[in-house]
Amino acid sequence: MPLYSITVNGKLKNVEVSSDTPLLWVLRDHLELVGTKFGCGIAQCGACTVHLEGNAVRSCSLTMDAVDGKSITTIEGLSENGTHPVQEAWKELDVPQCGYCQAGQIMTASAFLDKNPKPSESEIKAAMHGNICRCAAYTRIFKAVELAATKIS
Amino acid sequence: MSTPSITFSRRSFIRTSSLASGGLLIGFNLFTACKPKVTPPVDISQLNFNDFNAFIKIADNGAVTIFAPNPEIGQGVKTSMPMLIAEELDVAWDNVYVQQGDLDTNNYTRQLAGGSQSIRFGWEPLRQTGATARQMLVNAAAIKWGVDPSECTTSEGVITNASGDTLGYGDVVKEAALLEVPENVTLKASKDFKIIGSDAKNVDLEKIITGKPLFGLDYKVDGMVYAAVLRPPAFGKVLESYDATEAKAMPGVIDVIKIGEKAKELTKEENSNWTVAMSTSDKVVVIAKTTWEALKAKEAIKANWVTETPLESTQDQDQKLLALLDGNKFNTLRKDGDIKKAFAQAEMVLERTYESPFLPHNCMEPMNFFANITDEKIHLVGPVQTPEFAANAVAGMLGRDVNEVHLEMTRMGGGFGRRLYGDFVYEVAEIANVIRKPVKVIFSREDDMTAGTYRPAIKYRIKAAVKDGQVTAYHLKEAAANGNMYGLIPNFFPAGAVENYQVDVANYNSSITTGAWRAPYTNFLAFAEQSFFDELAETMKVDRIQLRLDLLQKVKGTTDKRIEYSPERMENIIKVAVEKSGWGKKESGIYQGFAAYYCHNTHVAEVADVIIENGMPVVKKVTCVVDCGIVVNPLGAKNQIEGGIIDGIGHAMYGDLVFEDGAPQSQNYNNYRLIRMMEVPEIETHLIQNELSPTGLGEPTLPPAGAAVANALKAATGNRFTQQPFSKFPEMMQTKSAPKTIIG
Repeated sequence: MPLYSITVNGKLKNVEVSSDTPLLWVLRDHLELVGTKFGCGIAQCGACTVHLEGNAVRSCSLTMDAVDGKSITTIEGLSENGTHPVQEAWKELDVPQCGYCQAGQIMTASAFLDKNPKPSESEIKAAMHGNICRCAAYTRIFKAVELAATKIS
Repeated sequence: MSTPSITFSRRSFIRTSSLASGGLLIGFNLFTACKPKVTPPVDISQLNFNDFNAFIKIADNGAVTIFAPNPEIGQGVKTSMPMLIAEELDVAWDNVYVQQGDLDTNNYTRQLAGGSQSIRFGWEPLRQTGATARQMLVNAAAIKWGVDPSECTTSEGVITNASGDTLGYGDVVKEAALLEVPENVTLKASKDFKIIGSDAKNVDLEKIITGKPLFGLDYKVDGMVYAAVLRPPAFGKVLESYDATEAKAMPGVIDVIKIGEKAKELTKEENSNWTVAMSTSDKVVVIAKTTWEALKAKEAIKANWVTETPLESTQDQDQKLLALLDGNKFNTLRKDGDIKKAFAQAEMVLERTYESPFLPHNCMEPMNFFANITDEKIHLVGPVQTPEFAANAVAGMLGRDVNEVHLEMTRMGGGFGRRLYGDFVYEVAEIANVIRKPVKVIFSREDDMTAGTYRPAIKYRIKAAVKDGQVTAYHLKEAAANGNMYGLIPNFFPAGAVENYQVDVANYNSSITTGAWRAPYTNFLAFAEQSFFDELAETMKVDRIQLRLDLLQKVKGTTDKRIEYSPERMENIIKVAVEKSGWGKKESGIYQGFAAYYCHNTHVAEVADVIIENGMPVVKKVTCVVDCGIVVNPLGAKNQIEGGIIDGIGHAMYGDLVFEDGAPQSQNYNNYRLIRMMEVPEIETHLIQNELSPTGLGEPTLPPAGAAVANALKAATGNRFTQQPFSKFPEMMQTKSAPKTIIG
């Protein structure tokens, strides 16, 4: 099996897995980073969202072949102690219900605000549209992204 | 509000023990006395959860740990139930650490998430628990000071006497542990509540937003292997043979085994006829080193399936259900007066049929469970809403003593009723029993959506008679798959409000596994009923709000003990909703729809505002009024209320699981639509303030949402939806005909 080197949350990691292994399962099963969640496996729900070179991507549908040598940030590495403005906003508004999708929501929101720190209402809705929250905590997710934007800018 | 004096019949209600690490362990039993032989542990690290696990821990420094007994599925009980204890214990909420308790039938009862009942049933006992512990700490301080306990007051974990001396709870825990357990404690008056009624954030918030392991899928032990299960591709098919040669040769694969023998025994047992909702087919299981390797190798198994029972399609289901409605094989659940006579004498009769599809639960965390089985112990860990039933079923199917089962509950990535059914627990137990290694069974999304215990398709037919401007008869008929509405539902509105009233139900046996889905039965019944009343008002040419209020008037002062809803509380939420939503006063271009409903002991009214954007109706806002008695945690309550409404709208608009030859035609989110951010309306919530005992919120706001939206869509488009999902009828979303004037 091929050997892959990826940088995860600033640390270089080597893993030996079959080339079609999705990044998601390397993170969860090999690197013990279980904050990134499995939801659908086909890039439709956003629960597995991580940052690849700063862009929000669906780790369930990116094979190790596609990410070899690249830099990845997961929810565990977004900030030192949950102090990223998006995480702070999530705490302030008490967003989660079951909480399962929230890491993916936060990773989508943080990459989005990084590129668009002063978004309009419809830009926020469009950016977050790819992330399903089955508990439907959508109103708070929306407000938290709005709040995070004020913290960033 | 009065301050009830509570008497405990047994002194062993609370047991205390000093901790080796310092501090006090107060063990308590929520509903009955602890078993006499139970001994509290001396060291918390040595705690055996099977012996004794219901407790409050108070450290020397006054820090308090409260164990939350009930499963957390996102409904917030891991936060709100400990709040009830902390209130009466009189400690600062910020100093309370909450931990999930394991399954322990010796010390807890009703460790179950379902029916929006946790808060309702926990309200008295959890407060009594906190109050008893507080009284012991006060008694210990009073002895130290040589004063009467009645001269002492408490606040935020500090006891103060008449002279102004103070002692922290941590200062007296050792003495308190040696005292008699008081038999009478007084609960706080609601005006003195400090924690109940204040906003408390989700106790797992920090862990959730930093990605800490919390969920079943995150649980891992050394040497754990992963199991992916190949189940029948259609309901009605069973395994005949399989070839795993290719799968066994794949990387990471440890073994491929067949299971099903033990589970088959379980389905024969008569200890429950609805909790064991599962296939009787054998299944093929890939055991692998990682999740991906297990899931991938499962695809390489070549299996032959044979048809054992008829393969149902949605078309067959529709025909069967309509035939039941047209037929006469009903069970009558409630009968008042003589509907036949009333219909014969009616001046006007309205009859409508409402139809709903099968729905999968689609919890974001797919089904999964961990098991490690040895000759001595059965260790089970994971997300299940019915831990006690699962533990008993596993012990039963493996022929083991239930005392050998240790079941730990993880936080659940959603429940919605799916995790009431422990099929995944039985699967992993059977696997672990064979391989004798720690193992976790994991469902792919496709497994999760196609091996469900679905909300069954239901059809309702409602018929009302009108004479002299009055509703003189109401006849509700239900046709469903596998089961019918149960319990007190036939006594919901408009039971008692219409003289001649009848509820008839019929069902057929489907080979598709079905079960509870968030707000069972009422999740669609509310749509049918509240759509019907909207249309009835139009047909009668009366104000649609006034029609409801007039009917409620007739129930006031009823002596019929079966009537479940309160006409006074229902009237109040309706009036408040009319006021808060600007009902009938909105500028042109906003079309409103109304619904009011009682279920799960909570009264809810919702008004949906629809506007037309680019020629299509869009739900812009929902105004919601909720009467759930005392609101324990308003912050959590509003989250539940908003989620329930959006969930209700989403499934009414898009939810649709079609079957062909027994096979679900949607397998993943590429062909199953859930509501997403851009479709979500603004939600304005109003909580009724009163001092009535609290009721639950996990379910009650969902059922009326579909009706409020359908009634608003009628106002906006002139078209009345009687079938879900609405998205199946795009032509009805067109606004080509001028909207009809709304009456009222």
